[in-house]
Amino acid sequence: MPVDVAAEVIANHPLSGDYNVLALAAPAIAASAQPGQFVMVKAGPGQDPLLRRPFSVFEILRDEAGSPAGISLLNKRVGASTALVYAAKAGQLVACLGPLGRPFSVVEAPAEAWMVAGGVGLAPFATLAEALHARGVRSTLFYGARRAAELFCLNVFRDLDIELTLTTEDGSAGEHGRITAPLERRLRAGSADAPVAIYACGPEGMLAATAKLATAYRRPCQVSVERIMGCGLGGCYSCVVPMRSEHGGVHHVRSCLSGPVLAGDQIVWD
Amino acid sequence: MDLSVQIGSLTLKNPLIAASGCFGYGVEYADIVDLASLGGVAVKGLFLAEREGHPAPRIVETPAGMLNAIGLQGIGVRRFVEEQLPELRARRATVIVNICGTTLEEYVEVARILSDAEGIAAIELNISCPNIKEGGMTFGCSLTGTSDVVSAVRKVTRLPIIPKLTPNVTDVASFARASEEAGADAVSLVNTFLAMVIDVESRRPRISNVVGGLSGPAIRPIAVRMVYECRQAVKIPIVGMGGIADARDALEFMIAGASAVQVGTANFVDPYIWPKLLEGITDYVERHQIARLSDLIGTVDIRNDAYERSGA
Repeated sequence: MPVDVAAEVIANHPLSGDYNVLALAAPAIAASAQPGQFVMVKAGPGQDPLLRRPFSVFEILRDEAGSPAGISLLNKRVGASTALVYAAKAGQLVACLGPLGRPFSVVEAPAEAWMVAGGVGLAPFATLAEALHARGVRSTLFYGARRAAELFCLNVFRDLDIELTLTTEDGSAGEHGRITAPLERRLRAGSADAPVAIYACGPEGMLAATAKLATAYRRPCQVSVERIMGCGLGGCYSCVVPMRSEHGGVHHVRSCLSGPVLAGDQIVWD
Repeated sequence: MDLSVQIGSLTLKNPLIAASGCFGYGVEYADIVDLASLGGVAVKGLFLAEREGHPAPRIVETPAGMLNAIGLQGIGVRRFVEEQLPELRARRATVIVNICGTTLEEYVEVARILSDAEGIAAIELNISCPNIKEGGMTFGCSLTGTSDVVSAVRKVTRLPIIPKLTPNVTDVASFARASEEAGADAVSLVNTFLAMVIDVESRRPRISNVVGGLSGPAIRPIAVRMVYECRQAVKIPIVGMGGIADARDALEFMIAGASAVQVGTANFVDPYIWPKLLEGITDYVERHQIARLSDLIGTVDIRNDAYERSGA
């Protein structure tokens, strides 16, 4: 069951002029959040901006005894609320409702896990990487960004023995181009018998391309979608995703309740 | 303390109703809101059949408000009765079902099905949705359309009928009057204001339906004015809504003439708002030594001196 907490900002780590990691004291949420779940955050008091914003839980923060003490959010400044999250000061209180939504289904060894992240779509993969590491699952992070300076938090993944495959759109780090290029090469090279689970989060075009590749190579693919959300609890029907229904039609599902993690091959991408 | 209010033959334990379209079918909130503690739960608008609604994006935020064009996605009245109503009854919710139709016959059929079901307290007639091509506001923007829907549904149900009025008309009070004359037990208002938001960089509308309905604190003063106007025009109870975000806002609507209030957008921001609203209302009633909350309804003081001070 979700809880709504007035979470104190423990720290705000700027990563660039647009990205930051906001650490929040929220033990109850940290204790129950599963990889892929999200929180609804009201970044400032008052009525403008009015609504909360959904954020993936980025990291589970632990105290010295190892108990869950808080969560962090990976934020990209794109509008009024994300600007407030970017500018948040330590000590400030932030309304934080969660954990919400359907989490990733975490694969077991001997299957491999391939995480495909684009930009701020890295957010749900730190907790997933932790879960995969704990299960001894061999894992790769395919991570694409605009430029080298926007490939963030790589050490979080290196520390969990995650293999990194990086691309940048300007070629300033890793391979020049989109992340789906090395993903496709890896899919082509792999043995069809070796089980692989693909996880994706990022821009819509990257998600569609990843889901289609996964289908073409017959790999299961869980995508974490991002939609404009009003409430996060199923009340407003804003955050819908078109999914194939049983009878060949299209059904709008609420990504807050049925997602944000959805089966890539069931989403109607066009 | 007596916080109960009367909507026709229906007694609500308090005036707080979750607004249709903002609370799913109620069951989504059952684990975090004590549904029995609410005066009522107005569930999402139901047609006869299932509907998929509009593609995303369906909402966009505006200053102190939001614009939506969901397109009345819904499971249809039969599935509601089978799948959701039992849970609402088990939670002892006072269930108000918002019903829609693209034709007069559809309103009648949906009302008939609900009248045969157990555990429904009232029917709210959605004749005011701005986001669908047929039905909805096309009935609610015409006095004869309003009158026709209310009379037709009146013939097939004993449940209290509450037409939900659109503010997208010149004189909302005349629609309240038409509803009353056609046999409505109450009216609820306001639905959302037809509005538009454009992304300047791309020159694209920000929601897929191009236009949508504006709600939230931004519209509250207009909604209060409309409730006040309707209070002068009709004797039947009014359910007021439009941007209520705290107890004072709710009280403002009651003083303007509302017997009960609905809260919608604020529930998105704070789903735990209900006990806070109730506490705020209780505090007010105690502080002003009001015997019964219903004594507050329509008590706005518009003596001339107050009138002159306000500059009106």
